[in-house]
Amino acid sequence: MNKLTELTKGIWKENPIFVISLGICPTLAVTSSMTNALGMGIAATFVLMGSNLFISLIRNLVPGKIRIPVYIMIIATFVTIIDKMIAAFSPALSSSLGIFIPLIVVNCIILGRAEAYASKNGPVDSLLDAIGMGIGFTIALSCLAFFRELLGEGKLYGFPIPFFKADPALIMIMAPGGFVVFGLLIALKRFMEAKGATK
Amino acid sequence: MSASIISIFIVAIFIENFVLNQILGLCPFIGVSNKIDSAVGMGLAVTFVMVMAGVATWSIQAFLLVPLKLEYLQTISFILVIASLVQFVEMVIRKTAPALYQSLGVFLPLITTNCAVLGVALLNIKKNYGLVESAVNSFGGGLGFFFALIIMAGIRERLDVSEIPEAMRGAPIAFVTAGLLATAFMGFSGLV
Repeated sequence: MNKLTELTKGIWKENPIFVISLGICPTLAVTSSMTNALGMGIAATFVLMGSNLFISLIRNLVPGKIRIPVYIMIIATFVTIIDKMIAAFSPALSSSLGIFIPLIVVNCIILGRAEAYASKNGPVDSLLDAIGMGIGFTIALSCLAFFRELLGEGKLYGFPIPFFKADPALIMIMAPGGFVVFGLLIALKRFMEAKGATK
Repeated sequence: MSASIISIFIVAIFIENFVLNQILGLCPFIGVSNKIDSAVGMGLAVTFVMVMAGVATWSIQAFLLVPLKLEYLQTISFILVIASLVQFVEMVIRKTAPALYQSLGVFLPLITTNCAVLGVALLNIKKNYGLVESAVNSFGGGLGFFFALIIMAGIRERLDVSEIPEAMRGAPIAFVTAGLLATAFMGFSGLV
């Protein structure tokens, strides 16, 4: 039961994007299509799992004062691995995500989980935490991408959707659409929670 | 040559504005845009670090990574350079200009994880810029960030005293405002 909570808390209760508001730069930049959102989600989950596991394993060996640089080096290593893997196996995804793959290094979610969780907990719990946070991140990205791709291009995962295809609002897949949709989604989540609390 | 330098500069500030067009560096953009004073401090610190980082990472790429065929170490070496640079700048400012340190000091550690800094370093390499072009692009990018931050802070100081629905207060309305601001900045796209 306890292990299950480690896994599920990242998905809704402590969702990294909507609740803790970490890592919003890649969130807004890559959510112009569902495919990009999924690719980014998987890449970030991989880095998160690798870094959480390793940092948790070496947590007692690293002196407190230099822990942040050490964590960043570990994260950067995993980011390089996933960057080269995506470039090799899926060049199309690699070019559409562009510099946002190397920028996973400075994604606050990953350093945040390393500092707040993996440096204090065992490897198994840290790995579960990473998977949960990764899934939560992917779901949040997909949520945003769903509205943006549907309204902006009339497609989902590249497949045209009949009614929305007719007259897409191009601005939704550009930067302004990302800001507005994200703002409205946070407001919606807060509104639902406020409703739930008053009942 | 000089015309292209100027156009890089203008493009970096207005058209490819880091925050509003490329969506980089949002954490400080939303986090530090509550007050104009702190926005000015953060904007200056980021501009400064971006120029330094742009030049330093370009030199590393051109003189170290490419000759030794170590391009795959780009991400690791860049983040290390930026982190040490920020640390170094912090120490220099504290020693030489205590007054400036008072106003910028708290923002400096935050800049390491500002994706605009690593972003500008990676973009300079990706666009095949030379040293001067990289420096100009970084400076323009920093100024663009500075402007966006100050405009946003000005708007948010007024938003604080307006009546906003409960669920929209704070971050949500800030994002919607940023969306409108980004739409306005799209008007610059015909400038160059």
